[in-house]
Order: sequence, then C-alpha cells, then structure tokens
Amino acid sequence: MTDAEETLVQKAQEERLEAVWASPKGWRYWSDVNNTSIGIWYTATSFAFMLFAGVLGLMIRVQLAVPDNDFLTANFYNQVYTLHGTAMMFLFAVPVFEAVAIIILPQMLGARDLPFPRLSAFGYWCFLIGGIFVCGSLFFNAAPNSGWFMYPPLTTEERFTPGYGADIWLLGLSFIEVASIAAAVELIVGTLKCRPPGMRLNLMPLYAWYVLVVATMILFAFPPLIAGDILFELERLFDWPFFDPTRGGDPMLWQHLFWIFGHPEVYIVFLPAIALLAMIVPTFAQRSLLGYSWIVLAAVGTGFLSFGLWAHHMFSTGLPAISLGFFSAASEAVAIPTGVQIFVFLATLMTGRVIYSIPMLFVSGALAIFVLGGLTGVMVAMAPFDWQAHDTYFVVAHLHYVLIGGMLFPLVAGAYYYFPLAFARQLSARLGRWAFWLMFVGFNTAFLPMHWSGLVGMPRRVWTYPEALGLGTANMISSVGAFIFATGFLVVVFDVLRPRGRQPYAERNPWNAGTLEWLAEMPGKTWGVRSVPIITSRYPIWEQKNFIADYDAGRFYMPDAEEMKRETMVTGVLDAEPIQVLRVPGPSFMPMIAAVVTGAMFILATFHYWMATLVALGLTIASILVWLWRGTSFIPEKPRKDVGLGLVLPLYTSGPASVSWWAMFITMTGDATAFFSLVFGYFFFFTIHGDFPPPGVDGPGLFWPGVSVVLFALAWAAARLIQSLNSAGRLGAARACMGLGGVLALGAGGALLWGPHATGLEPTVHVYPAIVWTLCIWTALHAAVGALMLFYCLARSLCGLLTPTHDIDIRNVALYWHFMAVMALVTVATVALFPLASGGS
Amino acid sequence: MELPNQTRDTLWTLIATPTIWALHFLFCYVVAAYDCAPNARIFQTIEGTRIAIAVATIVSLAAIAAIGWRAFREWRAGEGKSPHSADTAEDRERFMEFSSLLLAALSFVAVTFGAMPALVFVDCR
Repeated sequence: MTDAEETLVQKAQEERLEAVWASPKGWRYWSDVNNTSIGIWYTATSFAFMLFAGVLGLMIRVQLAVPDNDFLTANFYNQVYTLHGTAMMFLFAVPVFEAVAIIILPQMLGARDLPFPRLSAFGYWCFLIGGIFVCGSLFFNAAPNSGWFMYPPLTTEERFTPGYGADIWLLGLSFIEVASIAAAVELIVGTLKCRPPGMRLNLMPLYAWYVLVVATMILFAFPPLIAGDILFELERLFDWPFFDPTRGGDPMLWQHLFWIFGHPEVYIVFLPAIALLAMIVPTFAQRSLLGYSWIVLAAVGTGFLSFGLWAHHMFSTGLPAISLGFFSAASEAVAIPTGVQIFVFLATLMTGRVIYSIPMLFVSGALAIFVLGGLTGVMVAMAPFDWQAHDTYFVVAHLHYVLIGGMLFPLVAGAYYYFPLAFARQLSARLGRWAFWLMFVGFNTAFLPMHWSGLVGMPRRVWTYPEALGLGTANMISSVGAFIFATGFLVVVFDVLRPRGRQPYAERNPWNAGTLEWLAEMPGKTWGVRSVPIITSRYPIWEQKNFIADYDAGRFYMPDAEEMKRETMVTGVLDAEPIQVLRVPGPSFMPMIAAVVTGAMFILATFHYWMATLVALGLTIASILVWLWRGTSFIPEKPRKDVGLGLVLPLYTSGPASVSWWAMFITMTGDATAFFSLVFGYFFFFTIHGDFPPPGVDGPGLFWPGVSVVLFALAWAAARLIQSLNSAGRLGAARACMGLGGVLALGAGGALLWGPHATGLEPTVHVYPAIVWTLCIWTALHAAVGALMLFYCLARSLCGLLTPTHDIDIRNVALYWHFMAVMALVTVATVALFPLASGGS
Repeated sequence: MELPNQTRDTLWTLIATPTIWALHFLFCYVVAAYDCAPNARIFQTIEGTRIAIAVATIVSLAAIAAIGWRAFREWRAGEGKSPHSADTAEDRERFMEFSSLLLAALSFVAVTFGAMPALVFVDCR
C-alpha cells in the first residue's frame, strides 16, 4: 500500500469511528451514555452541589461570627449544618470521585468506553434526582436537621424531629447509594477487564490501582449503611423498634452501622484524590514515580485498615476500654500506609526536576494541609485525648484539614491538570495563582483557630454561644477566613465558566505527561481511542518508540468500526491478554427513565403515598426489564472478528469470561455485605439481651423455615441444572426447569414469610420479632427477584435470545442463585436454628 | 532462578495478609464485645477473652509471616530488578511478590498493634 492509499484508508476509518461514537444532537443529547459526556455531567453536577453546600458553610460561619447572633433560627441552623455535611459527603466527595474516574479511567486504559455505559448513565440520573430532592428540601424548611449521621433516638422519635426531614435524608441518600454502588461495579470491571493489551498489573497507572481499591471499598462500606437505612426507615415508617431501648432495641446499632460505612468513607474520599497526585507528581517531576509497589501497598493497606476504625467515632459512648483499644490501635496503624504515600511523593519530587505549575502549587498545598490534619488524626485516635476533644471544634478543624487537604486541594490540582483533556483548553495560570493563595491562606485562617477554640471549649453543632465564653475573636477570624477561602474557590469557578471562544486550543499533551490519557487530541474525539494500543511500559508516551505516530495511524488494534457498532476490548486480569471484542450499547433514554421511576418510588415512599409507591415500583421493574431485554446480551451477527495485527477475537463470551458475569459477582458481593449487616444486627441484639428470643415469644418455629430451605435448595438445583441442560441443547427440559425453578423460588419466599406470620410474631412489640421479620422479608424479596430472573430467562429462551451457545443470561442467573442459596441458608440458620442453640424457645 | 513449588501470584494472594488482619481484628472485637455485653458488670475480668486473643494473634502472625516469607523467597530468587516495570509475566510476578511482602509487613505490624489492648486491659471497664 502506498502512503496515499494508507492515508485514504485511515481517513475512512476515522470517519466511521466518528460516526459510530458521535453524541446525539439536539434534545436527544441527554440520551447520551458515552463515558465522556456522562463523566462531565457528573462532575459538573457534583461541583454544583459542592457550591450549594459551600454557601451553607458560609451561612454557618456568618451565624457564628459573633456571640449571641440571630442571623439564622436555631432550627434552620440545624438544617443548614446537617445539609452542609450531608451534601459535601454524599453529593460531592464520593460522587466526584466516580465522576472523574468515569471521564479519565477509560482514557487512561486506552479503552473506548467503560463496559456498561448505560449503567453509568443510570447512576448519574439517580444521583441528580436524589441530590436535588435532598437539597431542595431546605427551601421548604423541611430539610433533615439532626447532623449528617442522623443519630437515633433524636431522629427516630416524632417528638424530637417532627416532619419528613429524617425520611428525606434516609430515602434520598439510599437512592444515591444505589448509584454509587452501580458506579463501583462499573469501575471495578473496567479496571480489571478493559485494560489495553500488555498493560499487566505491574504496568497499570497508579490511578487505576486506587480506583480498584476505592470501588471495592464502596462495595463493602455502603451496604452496611443501606442495611442501617432499612432498619431506620422501618422504625420511622412502621414503628419497628430497632433503636428503641424500651422495646429491646439499641441506638448503638445505628452508630455501628453508620460508622462501618462512615469511616471507610473518609478514605473512599481521600484515596481517589491521592490517586490524582500519583498522576500529577510524576508529570511535573518529569520522572517515573518512585516506589510503585509502595503505593500499591499504601492503597491496598489503607483500604483494609480503614475498615477497622469505625468505633473511633464512638470513643465516648461507653464501650469497654478494651474495645476502644482495638480501634485506637487500628487508627494509629493506618497512619503507616498513609505516611508511605506522602513520602513516596516527596521522594519523587526530590529526585526529579520539578516544574512549578498551578497543579503542582495545589499539590504542595494539599500535602501541607493534609499532613497537619493527619497529625491531629493521630492525636484524636487516642481515646483519652478524644474524650477531651470529642464534639468540639478541634474535631471540626481536624476533619476539615483532612478533607480539604486530602481531597479538595488535590481535586482542584486535578481540575487544572485535566481541564485540557475535557475541554481542550488550559485554565489561566495567573488566576490559578490567585485562587491558590486565596484558598490556602483563607483555609488556614478559617480552620487553624478552630483547634484552639475547640480545646478551649467551643462545642460542635451549636447554634450560638455566649459572649462570656470568650471565643468571639477566634470565631470572627474563622469566619473571615472562610470568606477568603470561598473567594479563592470562586476564582476557580469563574475561570472554568468564563467564555473562552477566542482562546486557542491547548496543544496536545500540554504537560508533557507519560500516561495514556494524554494521547487525546485537542479538541478531543468522542471515540475514546483512535486504536487500542499495545502497552509495554508504565509511561508509554515517554518510553515507547513511535507510540503516538503508530497510535494516530491506527497501527494498533481495532482501528476501525467496519460494522458501525460501538466496541471496546476486553482483556485478562493479570497480564491483559486480549480476550474479546465487547459490543457496548449506544445512546438510550432507558437509563434516564429507569432512574426517574426509581426516584419516584423513593420520593413517594418518603411522603407515605403507598399506592403510588407501588405503582412506581411496578414501573421501575418494568423499565429495568425493558432496558435489559433490548440493551443487553446481543447475539452478534458473526462469532468472531479480525481486530488487526493478525488477531481474531470472539464477539460473545459468557460465564467468567464475560464482563457481565463479573458485574453480577461484584454486585452480589455488595448485596451480601448488606445482608450480613442485617445478620450482624440480629446477633448484636442477641449479645445485649439476657434472653433472646425474649420469654414467651415462640417463633418463627422450625417447620416453615424448614419448608422454605428445602424449596430454596430445589430452586438452586434447578438454576444449576438449567445451565447444563441449555448447553447440551435440551431446550425443552431447560425451559421446564426455568418455569419450575421460578415457581419454587416464589414458594420458598412465601414459606419463609409464613413462619413468623403463623407463629404470631408482632414486629412492633419487641426488637426480636422485628429483626426476624426483616431478615425473612429481605430473603423473600431476593427470592422474588430470583424468580423474576428465571422467568426472564424463560422468555428469552422462548424468543430465541438465549441459546445453547449464547447463554450469558442463564449463567449470570445461576451465579445469582449461588448467592441466593447461601443467603437462604444463613437466614434460616439464624432465625430458626440459632434460638434453639442459644437455649431460647 | 525458579524455585520449586513457585506460587502463581494473583490479586487474591496479594490481599491474603490484610485479610488475615481483618479476620483477627474482627475476632478480637467480637470476642471482647460478647464477653463484656451487655456491659453492665464492668469489673468482670476477661481472662478467656485475653487468652483467645493471644492464641488468635499467634496463629495470625504465624500465617502472615509464612506468607510474607514465601513472597520474600520467591521475590529474591527472581531475576527481575526493582521497580519491576518490565513488560514480562516474570516481572509482573516479581512485582506481585514484592507488594505481597510489603502488605505482609504492614499486616504483621497491624495485628501486633491490634493485640496490644489485650495486654493492658483485664476487665470490662
């Protein structure tokens, strides 16, 4: 082929790729599911919530600027600080990680898109609706007003907190948690299975390591909160006494479940921000990051240890000292991996030739502030010190140093660094310098005095304070600092939003970075990557010869979209060897519709419109079924395709080779975590009661749970059998098993519910019947979902969409049923057998 | 040089030692919480809990040390040079071994930390 011919071929390839990956035009733009569009909407929305929460923060500072102030009423002040914390954590800190990862992870991995683009879209719309619902409540004077951790009994009793505030918090945020878990599934599968050929685990960008760790943490941290939310709502809506000591409940269970989520959450917020530093620091030190393995140690180690810290938020609750000791020890231990990261960055900077750009300025500010916050963290990790500082402004100072130094400054550094990638233009260095110094000075002016005012005795969450406390000056300084800080941030916002039509595009790879995401052209193309590159180094742009030229010419894999379908490559976990070409779905309104009806369900439940809630539930199930039916497990027109360089890959895989099987596995891991949190609740109540079950309570007995477990076993066996029958081509038998299995599953769920009903367990009387009912309902609902899945497979099989060779659906459903079987066994063992073993009736 | 019975490292072997830490942590917490619940008789001594924690700690530390030693031996025997950024399955293996070693060291320290409260606290106060 001559050069001219080659150019023509390349041009034709580019046109096809561009057409396939183009965003829809006009109002249909909002049906887009491509990671770049979703990621940018997601990021913009979370920053909008951040600004909203920031204004609330300023309102707090105005109220506290002088003693005996009445700028806000006490009740409204409570709503303001509750929403400030809630929105900053749930609507900004966590979502913005997911948002940024959705934009840059595929770029960094040389992937055209993440494996489930419509799931990202669904997550985004859930986030938007839930966030507006929670924040909007403030404008009706109906916002939650009991602190971002919603401690009962303050929040469970109508006489303390009348109105819907707590329900809005619980249901609105539960809905957003679902979105977070969806994003976590997407990001884990993306990192493990969508890397470019050759990007072995030891060559993966450190950002991807962090994403992997953090997304996995979400999977184990958010479900306990969901379980807690379920118990909480059952108490608020139906008077089931989980947190009411007069009927056997205990408010401490909420604190445990909340902080099992709440502490890892701090690291879920912090690690992705540090991940940005791990990308920025090498670029501006102009060398590879030192201690790659040490960063992996730090990320994985922190991910684990952060789960052993939850009770350090509960040091003053009267737990036995030995228990406090365990959590104190883990809290000190987590400083080790955290410190390792800081030293790795410092060592890299010291051995490189550092270019002092705006992102680097924010990186140094971040390190300085975070180290201070970390040191006060080591202080409050010691129980005796914490008893002194607990619930004072010392803790407020500590947490803002950690979060603003550990998360906001790195994020702003990341915004300056990655802005050209998203918008093809540079942010202003001059404004950036202004923004940095205003933010840095303002932040320290606002929060440094709080260490002192806290130790002197300024309590948290108070509406106002008397002049005699002598803290007027310190508070005034803090308030002035807060406004300087806010001004600095507004400079960033202005720079981002100002019209830049006449500003020239940034040059390609403007920072001279070494990692894959900087292959992007300016302005960027929607196709993600021109061709899927072969990776042989950690910094391919720096170290691989002719890399950009080969990439641009499409000399790597998949340079074309000859069938006019959106495709990305799936590779192996360890060594990223090519496995499959994955067809990914294009624009659709289905994720948005599904999110709207799911949101409607949660919102209607908040206001107790039960019939309407049921209708919304029906619509939710219907919309998800339509989405799955039309948008998943396509049977490709040919079994394999040539992806270039002599490589032929299958277009369809099922079972463990398929990304959807991984997604099912990961989702069910999260689901199992929520389930075990409820089981933890059962045993928690057992430990605090001398008699559990209480005397005179006789249920759920052995008979009905026994019947249920037998039916569950049969349904599980059917699900197992279907897979082999289907593969063997015995479609009639397979279909019979699908129908039968579904009916057995419904029977199993029904029998499980009949046990507590038949033995007259009354959930409002005591916590024992309440928790038994909860476990049974949870398991029965999962049985219903399992039945629905089997009927879905039956319908797919009858329509010829599930065949002996194209069996993604049934293999995923069989996997679901493994989890289902374990859940049924644990439930029955807990509610039926355990009372016998523990000597109850 | 390849050692006999070389383990193939995966993400699961990588997280083996912190998982032991997690189990040890949970065990210590649950045993103590169960022993002291409902936290009414605070001067009740907790001999049983302390012995159980001691046993769990020895077992956990031994397991972590064994896994760490395995990773160290295989890493040292390997040809690859730090920072293990070569495009070979061998270097990926060396990287995983070295990271496992680091995590084993961290887990060893964290388990030791976690056991220390059992040395000082003798009752449920």
